[in-house]
Amino acid sequence: MKTFIVHFLLSITFTSLFFRMVEVPYHALSAALTFLAAFFVLWLCIFFFNRSYFKKIPLVVSFFFYFLKELIVASLKVAYDIITPIHYMKPGVIALPLDANTDAEITILANLISLTPGTLSIDVSEDKKILYVHAIYIIDGDIERLKMEIKNGFEKKLLAITR
Amino acid sequence: MESWVEIVSAIFIYIGVIFLVISSVGIIRLPDFYIRMSAITKAATLGIGFIVTGITIYFNEVVIMNKSITIILFMLLTSPVAAHVIARAAFRNRVLFWEKTIIEEFKPYLKEHGAMPETNVDKADLPGKKQ
Repeated sequence: MKTFIVHFLLSITFTSLFFRMVEVPYHALSAALTFLAAFFVLWLCIFFFNRSYFKKIPLVVSFFFYFLKELIVASLKVAYDIITPIHYMKPGVIALPLDANTDAEITILANLISLTPGTLSIDVSEDKKILYVHAIYIIDGDIERLKMEIKNGFEKKLLAITR
Repeated sequence: MESWVEIVSAIFIYIGVIFLVISSVGIIRLPDFYIRMSAITKAATLGIGFIVTGITIYFNEVVIMNKSITIILFMLLTSPVAAHVIARAAFRNRVLFWEKTIIEEFKPYLKEHGAMPETNVDKADLPGKKQ
């Protein structure tokens, strides 16, 4: 995390210096590309010093795109259900056993579950072992399958990044 | 060149507006409180995200890009927290679940907190009134 913040600030500094030195059109696309290039070069350079950080950045990027995909697919599902006359939804509350231990991990996981349309985290039990999730689409009332989907999707990828 | 930028940004903004309209219809159409919460808040997040992205593409300036990234970041941070807190307050105040909802796994926790909705339990057991 510290490395990430340092790299972030360094990339911003480099971008501003780059546009002061070199005469190229200054707009959002070129600035974003310069920033990403600087960040990429810094990420390559860290290979010899901090191996875990080197491995984590691709995980973060792939997790971001996975989350974006889930968000859009679930939104389209809910939107389709709203504009067609029959409700296809089978809602239910599932008790998701947590592998995440610390408060930060549980917070991020609950927020990600809430952000995906169709699932809403309602409450965490007092011993922080169980997360109660309200889900709209439980296919054939198969609660275990939905639990495995969340555990193998969000939780596994999140824990790979934080640990 | 300019017209392409306009067309792409217009497509983004239209998609965002369509999501917002559909989520507004959903507030009226969906069967119960929890489904509304979980379906609506995020559709609104996605809609606003698309609209802001469209604006960024149209203006193509660094200042506006920074602002729109900040807007999207704070939307992603705040909207799930708000949805979670409202849903938690709702089940503690015995807001009813839809009758098709499967709440078998949630029942022990509800009983523990004395927040069992009245359709699933005898009315004599509960001190509170049904709203």
